Amino acid sequence: MQIKPILTAMRHHKAGTILIAFQIALTLAIVCNALFIIQQRVTRVMRPSGVEEANLFAIDNQWADSASVQNVGAQIRADLTALRQLGSVQDAYATNSFPLRGWGWDNYVRLRPDQVHRTSDSAIFFTDDHTLATLGVKLIEGRNFTSSEAHDVSIKTLAAWPEIIISKDLAKKTFPDGHAVGKPLYVNSDASPSVVVGVTDTLQSHMTDSDITPFAYDAVLVPGYLLQGMTRYVIRARPGQLQAAMRDAKRALVTQSRMRIIDPKDGVRTFAQVRAKAYERDYGMAMLMGIVSVVLLAITAAGIVGLTSFWVGQRRKQIGIRRALGATRADILSYFLTENAMIGGCGVIVGILLALGINLWMVMRFEMAHLSGLYVLIAAAILLLLGQGAVLAPALRASRVSPVEATRPA
Amino acid sequence: MLGYYLDLAVRSLKRSPGLTALMILIVGFGVAASMTSYSVFRAVSGDPIPWKSSRLFVPQIDIWGPRGHADGSSDNDPPDAMDYTDAVALMRDHRGKYQSAMYRVSPSVVPPDPHMHPINVGGHAVYSEFFAMLDVPFQFGGAWGADGDAKHAAAVVINSKLNQKLFGGANSVGKTLNIDGKDYRVVGVLNNWNPKPTFFDVVNTGGFTSGQEDMFLPFTRAIDVGMSNDGNTNCSEVPKGSGFVGLQQSSCVWIAYMVQLEDKAAVSAYKDYLDGYFRDQKASGRFNWALNNRLRDLPAWLESEHVVPSDTKISLLVALGLLVACLVNTAGLLLAKFLRRSSEIGVRRALGAPRMAIYVQFLVEAGMVGLTGGVLGLLLTWVGIHGVNWVLPKEIASLAHVDLSLLALTLVIAVVATMLAGLYPTFRASRVQPALQLKTN
Repeated sequence: MQIKPILTAMRHHKAGTILIAFQIALTLAIVCNALFIIQQRVTRVMRPSGVEEANLFAIDNQWADSASVQNVGAQIRADLTALRQLGSVQDAYATNSFPLRGWGWDNYVRLRPDQVHRTSDSAIFFTDDHTLATLGVKLIEGRNFTSSEAHDVSIKTLAAWPEIIISKDLAKKTFPDGHAVGKPLYVNSDASPSVVVGVTDTLQSHMTDSDITPFAYDAVLVPGYLLQGMTRYVIRARPGQLQAAMRDAKRALVTQSRMRIIDPKDGVRTFAQVRAKAYERDYGMAMLMGIVSVVLLAITAAGIVGLTSFWVGQRRKQIGIRRALGATRADILSYFLTENAMIGGCGVIVGILLALGINLWMVMRFEMAHLSGLYVLIAAAILLLLGQGAVLAPALRASRVSPVEATRPA
Repeated sequence: MLGYYLDLAVRSLKRSPGLTALMILIVGFGVAASMTSYSVFRAVSGDPIPWKSSRLFVPQIDIWGPRGHADGSSDNDPPDAMDYTDAVALMRDHRGKYQSAMYRVSPSVVPPDPHMHPINVGGHAVYSEFFAMLDVPFQFGGAWGADGDAKHAAAVVINSKLNQKLFGGANSVGKTLNIDGKDYRVVGVLNNWNPKPTFFDVVNTGGFTSGQEDMFLPFTRAIDVGMSNDGNTNCSEVPKGSGFVGLQQSSCVWIAYMVQLEDKAAVSAYKDYLDGYFRDQKASGRFNWALNNRLRDLPAWLESEHVVPSDTKISLLVALGLLVACLVNTAGLLLAKFLRRSSEIGVRRALGAPRMAIYVQFLVEAGMVGLTGGVLGLLLTWVGIHGVNWVLPKEIASLAHVDLSLLALTLVIAVVATMLAGLYPTFRASRVQPALQLKTN
């Protein structure tokens, strides 16, 4: 319709046109990469741990006399008995680490002792017969440990563990045919394998770094109490009694023995706190990218409003002449909207190329994933709509220019 | 003349307050976002010991061979820590000016005050040269001597924070401290030394932790009393022996090592020594793979260990992108603003003002927008740096701070960037044809 006169007009303010288009391109490139980062982080944060997290908490318990940790086995058992007898506590177990804790013990898992490439880098969780009930994780195959299987395990004595329970994802990876129970797996010894006695439903490892994503759900449960300077108690409170249980449990442990150190600040943490800590970088990054995107979009919109207003002001006389020659208000409005759509379209095309380029560079430099086309489209749509929205006010002002303006000096 | 231009600029900016405010806001936001990200980046990527980092080296020996780096690790890098056997052998040979093997410990301390509960502390088992090598500042006393290493002395150096907690901040040199049930003599108190990143032992601390370095004790003594390591332990095969002694006999790596080498000759001599050491071990049948050692200086070492989180780099890049977008925007607005005054320019030119005068006039105006935006940016940067605690992990966010150089940089960037953005609009303004303008009016 009016494309040709628009193009002619644009030629008169080339610089402004190019600046707006470039601004839109830059904004698009940054915003769609930011959106993509947000989406990746949110996906990571939202993935399930497999644990029933409500009413769960953990106590980091350090033994004050670390010279005699070889003898804390009896104390751990006494602690567990005391904890399980508390009215506010449903169940409890002792361990070295638990899902989402960030730090812990991980081993390469091999199917054959001479295997060079690892099948998995799995979390090693020390557990007993109460672990699955405490975490709220179901067994989907095989059996649970019995209370007699949980022996004291001295630190760094690594005789092969005779029986282990593995997580569903590790079972799928190691035994794709679906029959893991009864099979051997080399977890902590090249000399003799451990035998899988059970498979749990989804269970996340302690590791939350993005570079171990392929192994994030690989976990090996080993029966036993690991004798080391730090013992962690994972405790399930009765529904609705989380606060009471956290208080009671700490008091019960101190009553059992004073020779322990429980950090007053973060020695006792709810699982919600554990989760928040595990993903704090991801929350932070998503938030930061969100803020940047909003600021950038606002600035771009403001720039479009500013520059278009100037153009409208500059062309009042021309608009008046067009109106006097019979152009309707709608014609004037659509002129500016079309002009903006054309500039926006050019900007978006350049922006998409720029966005893909930046992403490609980040993939090489920071091991990011490839940008999905969806985010480019979403960002492009946002920017085109934003441009039309921003241009609306100045365009409406232009459409209200009276034909009389044609007769006035500019 | 400058005063006149300033006056003109103020008048012009006042004439369209909306557009002026918009430009100032845009410059302010753009500068603040990039300076906030930069302050975080500066905090985590700064050289922790700039006067010496090029003379500090981390040796790596490939004691695992292909099996150790068959997967995951890039470019066949040897293990990033040392096993006990090699760490002690390198210490014994003593080929650098200063050197220290070290490992992280986390013992419990029974305070001298009987009313206080035992507390858990963090620290490192090191050799005496550690303190001289890293220029560790002492408040009281000093390091134990070289004979302290040889005699496995029961000595300890504590940090001022622990000294405050246990001894009320007084000079505690000569006092006795009960660590893991054994008595140690305090020989020195550090003057609040807590470098971030914990560059001397990145492997066991990850670089940025909220953990404190409360105390340092002789490596030889810590091994004697069996004080087990609290950092990472990586094994390529299962240790044959059990317990901490078994770990010492194994090929598992858990010890960090640093050496100070004064010049190029010393570096190449040390490299030769390291290669010779590997060949000797290979000749004795310990390895059956090719030489694959590394000797990185501290900056290269921190880079290879990815101490600066990639999130921080991405944030900085995004913030810089934001700044560029803001400047493009400002350029557009300045262009609109300047060209709107074509008639004014025409009059000035017709009255004899040279192009240069127009240039200066409009650059002054752009600079003024930049300066005002910069001041706003300063405020926003201050808000941003206090707000990053809310977004980033506190181990990293707490390192970002406002100082004079950051303030100066903020203003300079704002002014320079805005003037750059104003270059093209100014050029266009100076090209205005006086005759044309006067005619249409």
